Amino acid sequence: MAVSERINRHLLGLEGVSADDIEVLLDTAEALTEVSQRDVKKLPTLRGKTVVNLFLENSTRTRTSFEIAAKRLSADAVNISASGSSFSKGETLEDTARNLAAMSPDAIVVRHPYAGAARFLAEVVSCSIVNAGDGAHEHPTQALLDILTIRQHKGRLDGLKVTIVGDLLHSRVARSNLYGLKTMGAQVCLAGPPTLLPAEFEQYGVELHYDLAEAVDGADVIMMLRVQRERQDGNYFPSLDEYARYFCLDEDIVGRAKPDVIILHPGPINRGVEISSTVADGRYSVIMSQVANGVALRMAVLYQLIVPGAEGIRGSTLAATGPATGAAATGVVVADATAAGAAATGAVVADAAAAGDGEKLGAATVAMGGRDGS
Amino acid sequence: MLEVLNAAQMRRALTRIAHEIVERNGGTEGLALIGIRTQGVPLAERIADAIASIEEQRPAVGAMDTTLYRDDGGRLGSAARVEPTEIPFDIEGLTVVLVDDVLYTGRTIRCALDALVDFGRPAAVQLAVLVDRGHRELPIRPDYVGKNVPTSRSQKVQVLLSEVDEVDAVRIEEAGDGGE
Repeated sequence: MAVSERINRHLLGLEGVSADDIEVLLDTAEALTEVSQRDVKKLPTLRGKTVVNLFLENSTRTRTSFEIAAKRLSADAVNISASGSSFSKGETLEDTARNLAAMSPDAIVVRHPYAGAARFLAEVVSCSIVNAGDGAHEHPTQALLDILTIRQHKGRLDGLKVTIVGDLLHSRVARSNLYGLKTMGAQVCLAGPPTLLPAEFEQYGVELHYDLAEAVDGADVIMMLRVQRERQDGNYFPSLDEYARYFCLDEDIVGRAKPDVIILHPGPINRGVEISSTVADGRYSVIMSQVANGVALRMAVLYQLIVPGAEGIRGSTLAATGPATGAAATGVVVADATAAGAAATGAVVADAAAAGDGEKLGAATVAMGGRDGS
Repeated sequence: MLEVLNAAQMRRALTRIAHEIVERNGGTEGLALIGIRTQGVPLAERIADAIASIEEQRPAVGAMDTTLYRDDGGRLGSAARVEPTEIPFDIEGLTVVLVDDVLYTGRTIRCALDALVDFGRPAAVQLAVLVDRGHRELPIRPDYVGKNVPTSRSQKVQVLLSEVDEVDAVRIEEAGDGGE
């Protein structure tokens, strides 16, 4: 296919992605789990394709799992991290992206500390963009693998009660899960201290609880979020001990849920803070199957985005922007981003992205004092 | 629309293939069937059933999806839904019979051969198809054929199986005959 005809498909978030598209990704991932059991763990599907992992924030699990996913599909994977890249020399995201794009990768997987970064990249470069976490906005592949894990253990998603507990304010994992789970028909319930669970969340049509036991009552699934110690500079709660006293998931609290409840955690775990060791290692815990599903799910995403004949992903957040329609689509999509970003996180970064100006993005992010759009 | 096999003819063709497979391989020892998704899988099950009624033993049956091995992703249009590959036995040293509904260009079989070697090294690979419609683009030849059906490239060969379509039949449609 000629370069000019190339349609770019992105996975920037789960907001607005249809149930059909989520279903296709989950089914594809399910079909791909078998590959990891083979002697030869490799498929020729993406031979000759290049996937750049641009990780401008620390990550072990996500980056490794994207890298393994790309390699199991025979793509060439290139990893770039913040230290050791031109970022440490002060290059803007836009310049880095344009330079990477000039080397014609087929997809860029991006993790960035600021909300809206993935969408911004999708506007300035002409390859598929996968959001691997942008600030406090979204982390769609983590949510998809959580949803896949739930579907595997429960056989369905529709009508399940899913309780998400912890730092909702800073959690991109929770936000993506919220969109995805609601789309798939689950009943979502959020719990956390009021400082980390602002009343704005009611707009998503979910129940808010400030009492853990109440929130867990009758739950089919409990999803624990990590207490993001590195983002606690705002004194959201007095101390980790106090947080643990009210929001640590222990055996007693788990007893309030359905007997066949499963417990998810996106890792890394703070044992004794948000989850007790006996629960984290207990029979309800499906944390290890989350990790195993991560590779298959990310293979499914890369396949669906990069292979032209694959079904791809449609949906309002996933603009298929060819270069010809770029300008028109840009306006629409970015306007979306502004709305989503502002509503979800109160961030101003999306404004800069709307202007399509990398320097402004830099300026906006600096003005935010390095906090994730909170 | 022309019906080239009805239910009884299809059953006889599959029974004959079952006989040919056991005759050529001297029984069911070290024999396995792998159906190519989607239509090859029920056909492989039926051939295995037929073999089981001739011999003492039913050969192992697996299922393979070749989507991720295709070289024509861009030309498939809206195809490419991936289904699981399930080969619940070690193919090392076995004689594997690949089973598919229609043999046409041979490209699917090339994909299947590529996929197969990722699972191990079979002693031999054979190919059974319900219909051979010609127009090969690769040097691939079937070992067992239900029916040779000369076609033009514009025609469509439609295989209906009772597992999914309620009837057993093979039909040829002209290009303008209206869809499936």
